[in-house]
Amino acid sequence: MRNANCGARNGDPKSSGSVILLATGYWLLAPVQVSYAMHISEGILPLGWAALWFFVATPFVAFGLYRLKKLAAADLSFKPLVGLMAAVVFIISCMPVPVPSAGTCSHPCGTGIAGILLGPAVSVVVAAAALLIQALFLAHGGLSTLGANVVSMGVMGSFAGYLTFRALRSVKINMAIAGFMAGLFADWATYLATSVELASGIRGDSPFLPLFWKILIAFIPTQLPLGILEGAMTAGMVVLLYKKRPDLLVKMGVIKAEEVGI
Amino acid sequence: MRSLVIVLFSIVCYVSVSFAIAAEKWPGVDESVVEKYAQEHGREAHEPFINTDQGDLLLFVFLLAGTIGGFAAGYYWRVLMVEKYPSGKNKKTAAGFKDN
Repeated sequence: MRNANCGARNGDPKSSGSVILLATGYWLLAPVQVSYAMHISEGILPLGWAALWFFVATPFVAFGLYRLKKLAAADLSFKPLVGLMAAVVFIISCMPVPVPSAGTCSHPCGTGIAGILLGPAVSVVVAAAALLIQALFLAHGGLSTLGANVVSMGVMGSFAGYLTFRALRSVKINMAIAGFMAGLFADWATYLATSVELASGIRGDSPFLPLFWKILIAFIPTQLPLGILEGAMTAGMVVLLYKKRPDLLVKMGVIKAEEVGI
Repeated sequence: MRSLVIVLFSIVCYVSVSFAIAAEKWPGVDESVVEKYAQEHGREAHEPFINTDQGDLLLFVFLLAGTIGGFAAGYYWRVLMVEKYPSGKNKKTAAGFKDN
């Protein structure tokens, strides 16, 4: 552990760390008795559909692993950044947030910020790892539905967040706004994909579209405010990293070197 | 500033727990949407492969997961933001980074 005592000399990071740990512990612990999470649970999808989503997810995960290896070899700071994002995605995506307006709970995804900072391919790997641990040990999602959950949260969330951020930044939109919109669309894209997966898997002989709309509309009271929360979190993280380590953002291609004078 | 964060955090905790206790039940969207529509179409959720949703066991694993996740996030945050782990191929070129 390099410089393990370095942070101890500095009061702020230590106390901030305590607050973060306290917050993490609370959010994970407190609501668990009264609510559950939202990944597609074990056994909900028929075997054929579950297999199809595994088939769709596999190339994204494989390409993500390839990118991870390549980027980690090219830049020393990439591994710690992946570690940070993996922890963030894991925590955020098993954190049930009560939505008083809907009376239900759901969770943000975290793949928007991971997609922006790591690139969408590596973000898929991070999401897949988080989802696997949750399915195995937290009764959160399922092993048979892992492929479907990777596609909705990992692939759709990461790419929606990344593409939204890049599109908005390319037309010179403020970084905070671009981050907010990226988080918002990453969250909504995840639930859009979940609606498609669910409607296609459970419909039987029923027509697809009416069931799809029914499920999507049912998600709205919860995910509309949660998307806004995820947008705010994403914007906050991007801006914080911009202030603390702009060189990292330059390295990851999030911003141009000229913007920060590096 | 730190006190303000702690006070605000406590208020948020209190309010959200009060809401939860008042309503007694805050179903996740997996129950209120996913499983509801799946049931309507004849699909039931199965028990997880490793079923930790038994009594307080789920509380324990969530707390454990939160602790490990929180420590990992804090550790990597410090590596990147406090120790300023360098970007680039050579760590010795990074300003402010000391290798013990």
